[in-house]
Amino acid sequence: MLELRGVSKRFGGVVATDDVTLDVVRGEVHALIGPNGAGKTTLIGQISGVLPTDMGRIVFNNADITRLSAHARVHAGLARSYQITSIFRRFSVLDNLALAVQARSGSSFSFWHPLASESPLFDEARSIAAEIGLADKLDASAATLAHGEQRALEVGLALATRPQLVLLDEPMAGMGPEESNRIIALMEKMRERLTILLVEHDMDAVFRLATRISVLVNGRIIATGAPQAIRADPEVRKAYLGEELAA
Amino acid sequence: MTRALLVFGVLAIFPLTMQAMDSLFYVSLASRILIYAIAATSLNLVLGYGGMVSFGHAAFFGAGAFVVGILAVEGVRSAWIAWPVAMAVAALAALVIGAMSLRTRGVYFIMITLAFAQMMYYIFVSLKTYGGDDGLSMPARSTLGMGANLRNDLAWYYLVLAILAAVLYGLHRLTRSRFGRVIDAIRENEARAEAIGFPVFRYKLACFVIAGAVGGLAGALIANQSNYVSPSLLHWIQSGTLMIMVILGGVGTLWGGLIGAAVLLGLEHLIADYRIGWLAALAPNYQDHAGLAVGAVLLAIVLVAPEGIAGLFRRRRHA
Repeated sequence: MLELRGVSKRFGGVVATDDVTLDVVRGEVHALIGPNGAGKTTLIGQISGVLPTDMGRIVFNNADITRLSAHARVHAGLARSYQITSIFRRFSVLDNLALAVQARSGSSFSFWHPLASESPLFDEARSIAAEIGLADKLDASAATLAHGEQRALEVGLALATRPQLVLLDEPMAGMGPEESNRIIALMEKMRERLTILLVEHDMDAVFRLATRISVLVNGRIIATGAPQAIRADPEVRKAYLGEELAA
Repeated sequence: MTRALLVFGVLAIFPLTMQAMDSLFYVSLASRILIYAIAATSLNLVLGYGGMVSFGHAAFFGAGAFVVGILAVEGVRSAWIAWPVAMAVAALAALVIGAMSLRTRGVYFIMITLAFAQMMYYIFVSLKTYGGDDGLSMPARSTLGMGANLRNDLAWYYLVLAILAAVLYGLHRLTRSRFGRVIDAIRENEARAEAIGFPVFRYKLACFVIAGAVGGLAGALIANQSNYVSPSLLHWIQSGTLMIMVILGGVGTLWGGLIGAAVLLGLEHLIADYRIGWLAALAPNYQDHAGLAVGAVLLAIVLVAPEGIAGLFRRRRHA
């Protein structure tokens, strides 16, 4: 579904991603793990089109999207969430989600007709809010939500674009165990209908959800495989997992 | 709605009152204020609603004025031709300037819009055929047909008022439309708007072009207001004046442009043309430094109403 071929990105002299080759297969939850600074978020940026790719090719659904703009990739079925919450803080929860629905339902070069009368947008936004557990917060402004709720909305915005593949960049960042479980439950529901590329530090969640895992270290993929194989891989243990998995 | 009826009711009665008091000068001043209100409102669309701090809005205002002036000199006096052409030329200028400057952000955007506007200013200054830096006198006001005589200051005032009403109603509709929501979202979080699938650049450019076109319409009106077009209409000081009006009146508010234009131009008139007794007692020649006095009052207003004067009304309503 998604193929990266020799994808690289440099910031000045710093190599952020280095010759990354990676395949995400339709229907899987593919976890991307690696130590801080390994280039995970850079790679998500390159796949989503926010960061230009210096070298290599990105292919999505058999189409080369390496030079496609970020918004066009969303319309192709590729959405992302952010590690650092990026929502429309002054909008209500309902308006946040309705906006994302609006983005994929027809042109928004409409200057006269009131948006408020377009009930299908808001109906769908309500059903997404229910799915992410914010049904009782529809009219709350996003800025006033608790951290965990904002993280849920963050994922909800990506879901509302109705992607085929969703890139989740540390969806559980900064969450307590209870809130994390909510997001894990949400992802378990999501995996039934879409493909997920998940960047996550929480190893429990990764091993619970992932069908396959890729390990990124210093911008390079050092291993890809089933969770058990990754857990056993001596390279991976040495480079990254060692201390966490030894326990 | 009731507020709009109230405001426009007062504005509609105003010239009749002035006529009864034999002070037609104020009708002319009021038309001028309403024209600036249109210009400031158009800037408010980009600056307030769109979050794009354009420091070159006078380019579109001045371009609209020059189009009408040049067409009048060349014998085209019908408003039905000259004004749409003024809007189209201003829109085209906004398209070109916007397409280049909207690739930058923040301070760079401010500087590049300023630079483009100054370029346009020097182009018109060097246009010797059409007055150069002396400006251009128009033989007469545009004609509207249908028996309307725009040389009559009352008729002119009502025409300007009707156009302002149309512009404000248009803005009201726009801000509640799909497009308005996208503009809102881009101002709020541009990166995320792109990441949920909006071609952000196109929306910003469209917003910039609409504002440019309306700015051009205001320019067409200001040319007719005084039958004279000066390159100073394109000068950066003019852009700054429009910005002050927007900030003073209320950034991103429907009435901000009108309030800002009325307060700023009203204040300038008051300080320059009226001698305030107690102030003169304190500083006998304060009127020689009218700019300083206006500045001091503006400073006081901004301190009291940091969100603009329209913001004061909003707060009171919620309290």
